Amino acid sequence: MTSNLKFASAASALLLASTAAHADCGIESGSVRILSNDFAALHAVADWASKCASDTVEVTRNQTEEHKNIQVPALSIDPATYTVAVVATNSIVPLMNDDLIRPLDELVAEHGQQLQDSQLIRVDGKIMAIAFMANSQHLFYREDVLAENGIDVPSTYEEMFAAAEQLRAAGYETPISSSYMPGWNLAAEFVNTYLGTGNDFFVPGTAELAINNEDGMAVLETMKRMTEYMSNDWTTFDANAQTPIWEADEVVLAVNWGSRASAYIADDSPAPEIAAATAFAASPAIGDGTTPTAALWWDGFTIAKNISDEDAEASFIAMMNGISPEMMAENQDLAVWLIDGYEPTRAATGVIDGLTKGARPYPMLPYMGLLHTALGDNLSEYLQGSESAEQAMADIEAAYTTAATEAGFIR
Amino acid sequence: MPHKTFLSFIWPSLVAMLLFIALPIVSVGFQSLYVEHEQVLVVGETCGPFGCTEEVSVDAAAMAALRAEQPAGQFNGLGTYTNASHLATDEIAEIFATSENFSEIRNRIMNLPFYKALIFTLSYTFIVTPLVIILGFIIAVAVNAVPAMLKGPVIFFSLIPMLVTPLVGSLVLFWMIDSRGIIGAALQSIFGDPSLSLKASPTLTWITLFVYGVWHSAPFAFVVFYAGLQTVPRDTMESAMVDGANRWERIRFVTIPYLMPLATFIALMQLMDNFRVFEPIIGFSAAASATSLSYLIYNDLRAAESPLFGSAAATSMLTIIGVIILLLPVLRQNWREFNRKT
Repeated sequence: MTSNLKFASAASALLLASTAAHADCGIESGSVRILSNDFAALHAVADWASKCASDTVEVTRNQTEEHKNIQVPALSIDPATYTVAVVATNSIVPLMNDDLIRPLDELVAEHGQQLQDSQLIRVDGKIMAIAFMANSQHLFYREDVLAENGIDVPSTYEEMFAAAEQLRAAGYETPISSSYMPGWNLAAEFVNTYLGTGNDFFVPGTAELAINNEDGMAVLETMKRMTEYMSNDWTTFDANAQTPIWEADEVVLAVNWGSRASAYIADDSPAPEIAAATAFAASPAIGDGTTPTAALWWDGFTIAKNISDEDAEASFIAMMNGISPEMMAENQDLAVWLIDGYEPTRAATGVIDGLTKGARPYPMLPYMGLLHTALGDNLSEYLQGSESAEQAMADIEAAYTTAATEAGFIR
Repeated sequence: MPHKTFLSFIWPSLVAMLLFIALPIVSVGFQSLYVEHEQVLVVGETCGPFGCTEEVSVDAAAMAALRAEQPAGQFNGLGTYTNASHLATDEIAEIFATSENFSEIRNRIMNLPFYKALIFTLSYTFIVTPLVIILGFIIAVAVNAVPAMLKGPVIFFSLIPMLVTPLVGSLVLFWMIDSRGIIGAALQSIFGDPSLSLKASPTLTWITLFVYGVWHSAPFAFVVFYAGLQTVPRDTMESAMVDGANRWERIRFVTIPYLMPLATFIALMQLMDNFRVFEPIIGFSAAASATSLSYLIYNDLRAAESPLFGSAAATSMLTIIGVIILLLPVLRQNWREFNRKT
């Protein structure tokens, strides 16, 4: 009996000690409820934010790929279901359109000493989000195969196609892969390539579409040539579907997401020789340009508007712990961190290369999502050869204009 | 049954139908008449990790005021129904005015998103439904002839396609028809064409979806017919045998007429189900070659960051109208039979 008692008191002492060790974020009380996408880097951030939990501070999280679809309804109610919404360049837009997130200027001044100026997302002078990682698509290539065939890493599409021809002669029937599945993925490839031309998607200051020009046509043509070097199954390629054909040694040049890079070169890859020979570079440039054809994305967090100031402060402090340099030190290779003191790892070389070569950000416009949908629905027939480029362009314009009119962006 | 007794039995079901079927349909119909308010846009400087740019953003405060005044949005009448993403009346008028021949008219109409989806939906419905009925009947007759000992296992295996969740079933088949999958690789070696891919060509994708539809629904028809077969009157069957009818004649003149009402029932269910075809398009990543009305609704609600409720509502209403038109002949036939009997 006494030994039992002793054990119980020792255990509770231990428990107390551990909560005490966790409660060093400097939050008095409050509730932190995090909504985010579901991948390794965000797990790490949420794990570190959870370390602020104590008897008076509650930290919960919902990490799901559905975050984009539930964030608006969840933040619309008062008090909001979540205090923190982790967003990306595109998913912050609906939250701002509906006025669901609060300006962070005061919180940054009070608790944000660790932040670099480049992490602050300012819209109209007000800080609306804190970015902590960057992502973009880029070129994945097989160092060994390129070296064997005496091919340099392609930096333009012309070089890419020349390399593909050479690889085909060397026995790689379908040397290229990219996420060309109709819908979101295919549209993202158009956006990437079009950004490389330096042109804008819309007439400045309006929602009027401006892609029906020489550059738009050049992008369509380039995309069609890409499909000629891909497996016939390209209409089903997304980031997941590309991995097995890469590991099966069927592809030498791929365009895929930077956040996938660490999995491609992981020690536990099912094809270790291929993983060891995989390297990364910026996406190729289009035409005579030098801008990599890839959109830069940031991931960051926002704080809900419909919550108490106490919860907002608690959430901000907990997230500061979530994106602290200490968190980054333990998770160097999970992402391209925008946090102070970041040293790029091997998996980050592709994104960093794109950044330094001047890739452009994904447009943070309220009607960009509508264009993205219109592109995703109307490119495949042209790429499959059943429609002309002019017709595809006309279809995109019609679909976008209809949607933008319904959403109230065009009169 | 006196009306009062009938009412006291039916009212819970009536209330549920009103609450969960009629009201939502009315609200969707209402929604389809409205579009978003005109957005108040402001131009300002947006800064981030990749530099600063002049960008347009929505004036949230001004929009909130507009929404408080008119929560449903802007009244648009039937504008959403007739726009280019739905019935496209203006576009069709222009196509008829400027096209030179019938095939041009057909091609240009087939290029409009709503009609493209409608054509696939109708093809799927009218190809899969009869095949399901025929195949289900053949399986039922065959299983009925199997020795009693084997019946249990045979029935179980025939039902498996229906037991599998549609999305999972289509994903399983999707990977089997991959050019590295067992079916895909087998077809390549049978036809001696290493570039053959069921996922690549639109025609083959359509056929794959039809085959999947039949595979998935045939067990339903089979179960219904098999139950019906157990009740075929033995004396009629025996007198047919005495009259010297062979096996085929017995099926043709006794079984089929007897099971006809069941065939009508299956046709009714399948027409409704197949007109709403959706999961296989997602499972087979087939949106490049085949879209259905349900897929259009999904796309409006899920593809963009901000859902297009009005557009999705309009497509939903058009789908309901489509189902009603499809079912009219079958329902009319039922009504006539009912009148004949009473």
